[in-house]
Amino acid sequence: MRYVLSRIGLFVLTLWAAVTLNFILPRLMPGSPLDAALAKLAASGQQVTNAQRTALESELGSPHGTVLSQYWDYLGNMVTLNFGHSYTDPTRTVGGSIARALPWTLILVGVTTIIAFVVGTLLGVWAGWRRGTKADTTVTMGATFFASFPPFWLGLLLLYVFAFKLKWFAIKGGYSEGLTPNWSPSFISDAMQHSVLPGITLALTALSGWVFGMRNNMINTAGEDYVTFAEANGLKQRTIALRYAARNAILPNVTAFGLSLGAVLGGSVLVEGVFSYPGLGHLLFEAVTNHDYPLMQALFLVLTVGMLTAIFIVDLLYARIDPRVVRT
Amino acid sequence: MSILQTVEQPAETPSSIPGPRRTSLPGPIQFLGRAFATVWSNGKARIGLSLLGLFILIALLAPLISPDSPTSTDYTPYEGPSGAHWFGTTGNGQDVFSQFLYGARVSLLVGLIAGFGATFIAATLGLIAGYRPGVVDNVLSFITNLALVLPGIPLMIILAAYLSSHSVWTIVLVVALTAWATGSRVIRSQAITLRTRDFVTSAQFSGERLGRVVFREILPNMTSLVAASFFAAATAAVMAEASLEFLGLGNPATISWGTILYQAQQQNALLTGQWLMIFAPGLAIALLALSFTLINFGVDALSNPRLREK
Repeated sequence: MRYVLSRIGLFVLTLWAAVTLNFILPRLMPGSPLDAALAKLAASGQQVTNAQRTALESELGSPHGTVLSQYWDYLGNMVTLNFGHSYTDPTRTVGGSIARALPWTLILVGVTTIIAFVVGTLLGVWAGWRRGTKADTTVTMGATFFASFPPFWLGLLLLYVFAFKLKWFAIKGGYSEGLTPNWSPSFISDAMQHSVLPGITLALTALSGWVFGMRNNMINTAGEDYVTFAEANGLKQRTIALRYAARNAILPNVTAFGLSLGAVLGGSVLVEGVFSYPGLGHLLFEAVTNHDYPLMQALFLVLTVGMLTAIFIVDLLYARIDPRVVRT
Repeated sequence: MSILQTVEQPAETPSSIPGPRRTSLPGPIQFLGRAFATVWSNGKARIGLSLLGLFILIALLAPLISPDSPTSTDYTPYEGPSGAHWFGTTGNGQDVFSQFLYGARVSLLVGLIAGFGATFIAATLGLIAGYRPGVVDNVLSFITNLALVLPGIPLMIILAAYLSSHSVWTIVLVVALTAWATGSRVIRSQAITLRTRDFVTSAQFSGERLGRVVFREILPNMTSLVAASFFAAATAAVMAEASLEFLGLGNPATISWGTILYQAQQQNALLTGQWLMIFAPGLAIALLALSFTLINFGVDALSNPRLREK
């Protein structure tokens, strides 16, 4: 229980620090994002309402009001999930845009992380157990090679070969044009087909972390007494590798799960941009192109909170897998 | 107090006049040579070092070997690969192959300088946190963990979008400020294990200042760890620079692999058959990142003889 409480405390503290950082950053920057934002809004030919102005000021820093009162307003806005209005499309709130995009990214990143974890860990077990063999070299070199690819570039290549040349997959989007998102089987299969290429791109670039982590842990556990003992008992190699060595080697890899999610999230920003996939990454891609500061800030916050939550959950799960962490 | 001062005297002298450390001047060079030989003896690292050497050569010799000026706009725009323009031309009528050669300069520069900056922050914070348990460590560790969980690429994008000047140095700064956390954590845990070793204790008792103990006694014992985090940060920097420029957050007038990719994306190069304009710079980024990673295989073997190849 003490462990859970300390985790919750750390989670809240980190969350507060991240939210505060999000408040400070635009105010530290040279030039005023507020002026840039107001000019942008005026240039787009729309009336700047007072409500919009105050919302912008509380997000981006205003010349009047103390910093403390601004901060207080900002915290209030964050707690009530009031992120203000997007510049590009004033009819839509930032919160609405994010809510529409969130499930896409959640599913894409979630599924690819799990696939990369399972495949990468198995490859790592194999490479570590057969250390020094051809299999080991092939796996490690292959993983190193794919990890060196900029994810967005790998996405472009796959897009060119499989969507443009071979026409196996659609060139852009998360679903075919003319469809409206719903939970019907036909729509889901359509959406799945659209997510194959971005999914493969993300999974391939995320694979190497799991492969190396698992391989190195395997090499360490392979020297343990219980492995030697199992060998002396004449157990099958496969049984020793999977049920003795790998079971213990996997523990440090689990803790890396939350952090790796962050890398995949980061990669998804550009990959979703390349594929015009309707998720958070694509939204950020568009926000950057349009200098849509409120949207950018809110997206950064949402991504950070997502990471923190993932790490928090992994920490709690880890305590169940390895009870030793609770006792220390 | 008097005891401390008498001990302090002899400890100070060797550093002010050429003492045992200075007389064996080839020492550090010998050390570097031996380190290089160990790294070189690793097959993967050898490939990495050769690749890196090739890129450095291209960067240095770019004015000599590139067929055209990378900025001249004299040619027919939107041309595919041909004998005259190996990688085709941009929408402004520039020769992509020349831009590709010159692009090595920016990627190397950003990778090495930002990698150095990130490693400097990582080593300083990590060493101090590891050496000073208690409040200092708690505060620094919290900052490190916070930096670690902030999603890196989105943070870089936000920072780069707010900073109005988009020079290469902006990108260097942004990358250095966001890529240090992992290294810092590793260095901190190593500093904790070294803190209680005898040679550190004896240095403390001889009255050495904090900075000297940390940077002269502890740091040299984790050279390979620092080198590893340098190459890891340099890899991240090369990738991040390409990503930011691909997003259009760099200066479009800079000639780099990232801006070639940005231009290619802007002019839909894939659909017009100018695939080399995307393939070549991306592959170069991948190979440069790969070379850093491969060198790190050899650097790991420096500290962990178990990883050395027979």
